[in-house]
Amino acid sequence: MFASCADPKALEGISWLVCYLTTGKHLLFFVSFGTVLLLLAVTAPIALALGFGGAMATRSGFAPLRWLGRIYTAMTRGVPDIVFFLFVPIALDQGLEYLRHRIKCPDWTEPVRKGSDFVVCPAAKLPLSSAPEWEHQVYAFALAVVAFAIVFGAFAANVIHGAMNAVPKAQLETADAYGMSPRQTFRRILVPQMWVYALPGLTNLWMILIKATPLLFVLGIEDIVYWARELGGSKTTGASAYPHGDWRVYYFLVLLCFYLGMTRLSELVFARLYRRLSHGQATLAGEQLRKATT
Amino acid sequence: MSCAQTFADYGLRSLGFGERLLPKEGFDLCQQAVLIGSGMIWNLYFGIVALFIGFFLANAVALAKASRNPWARKPAEWFVFIFRGSPLFIQFFMFYETFVLLPRVGIDIPLGFTTITLETGWLTKAWAGAMVVLCLNTAAYTGEIFYGALRAIPKGDLEAADAYGITGWHRFRRIVWPTMMRLAWPAYTNEAIFMFHATTLVFFSGFPAFQQKGDALYYASYFAAKTFNPFVAYPIVAAFFVVLTVLVISLFGMVYRHLNRHVPQNTRSRLKYRPQIIR
Repeated sequence: MFASCADPKALEGISWLVCYLTTGKHLLFFVSFGTVLLLLAVTAPIALALGFGGAMATRSGFAPLRWLGRIYTAMTRGVPDIVFFLFVPIALDQGLEYLRHRIKCPDWTEPVRKGSDFVVCPAAKLPLSSAPEWEHQVYAFALAVVAFAIVFGAFAANVIHGAMNAVPKAQLETADAYGMSPRQTFRRILVPQMWVYALPGLTNLWMILIKATPLLFVLGIEDIVYWARELGGSKTTGASAYPHGDWRVYYFLVLLCFYLGMTRLSELVFARLYRRLSHGQATLAGEQLRKATT
Repeated sequence: MSCAQTFADYGLRSLGFGERLLPKEGFDLCQQAVLIGSGMIWNLYFGIVALFIGFFLANAVALAKASRNPWARKPAEWFVFIFRGSPLFIQFFMFYETFVLLPRVGIDIPLGFTTITLETGWLTKAWAGAMVVLCLNTAAYTGEIFYGALRAIPKGDLEAADAYGITGWHRFRRIVWPTMMRLAWPAYTNEAIFMFHATTLVFFSGFPAFQQKGDALYYASYFAAKTFNPFVAYPIVAAFFVVLTVLVISLFGMVYRHLNRHVPQNTRSRLKYRPQIIR
């Protein structure tokens, strides 16, 4: 990257390290931290929305919708989440390709599943085999986001369902007595009060989500784990301009510190958020805040 | 090939007995269920042993964290922070790479009159290396649970112990520890279930599956990759784990009833499984 890095063999000490850490591959490594943050930023709102939808479905008066909500919230109990991370992307990919196959190639006569093969017509491939590399990467990432969102949406639905039940019944009955419709009660009374009960659970969930991000590696995405293994492996003089021994343990140490920093920071942020949300709530924390100000 | 024959060939494949090569064709339901079930042996081994060892470590961690002596408290706090604050997946990689760096011949420890050689090669194998990580990980999570329970012991119980002149080790053994267990048990049940789930990560995280002896998910992903069909192998793993979860809940439920046997019937709380609350 720098002009002084033109001849790596002549470098020593700090300048060697600076040049080493700014090679093209290392820049990709740094960018992959962004991939992780992007995954968190995209997944969290989708999962929250899915969770909210799931929790609303379990409260629904319409029975099939309620069953759907129950099945969704019960789905992730008892089954390791990594099974879903492996299952959902392939299942979704094959489902989409199959749909496109039915639409785009109606006169294709051969069966899609032939023995141990899954064959769709070339026009139905996702992304098309002629598509540029970045499209493949974006597609793989999008599938990963969906897998994460579905699993964490189910967890969030559990939390939010519990929080909705935790809102004091008297509050809802009062709203009823004032002549609010069920819809108004839900929007104006239940949802605003629910968050303070949901927050401990959602905090926990966010922590689990952070700690689940390295599983991107299992999905074949070039994330921080991939680059840590790639860059840390020992390099000989012939293969690389910067030969070094097996440094993977140091790279993973960096990742460990990154995750520790992330979880610690989240803890601090959530502690403040909890304080904010407790304002004016009929809970012990809310009462303590009220006493402190008067 | 009949299902009984498949069972004889692959029932203990994950331990290295029976057929040497994994199935290359057919991939019928029986084959997949038998081989994945065989892989469950590893999940059970990792889960049960890690929980057993982790339980004792966790007690030590909880007591150290509650200790007034900073030399005991600080290391325990850091231990819990590091293992609870970072992904298990990264911990696996981290430890595996560390174990690989250890000298292959072993470490010589001079004792003056003689030298003992500490064998380290076995740590790079999954059965020992991953076990170390799982033990430490569950010790940290469980230690935090026990610590929370320790702090939640009703003051009245301790005052009553004082009034009867029960002190020291006797007080810990008869009053503090049983109450701590009783309070911690529901959360500990969750942790146990998560522990079994976490064992599926072992063979995806650096630790190699020697001679294709892997766990349930390892075989399931083998089948899914061979048949391009995720709709059979993964539901089989899921079914095995649902059964395992139900077993764990009923087993821990029995212990919970035993721990609560002196509590009046109507105030007893039933053991509930709330997966999202602890991790």
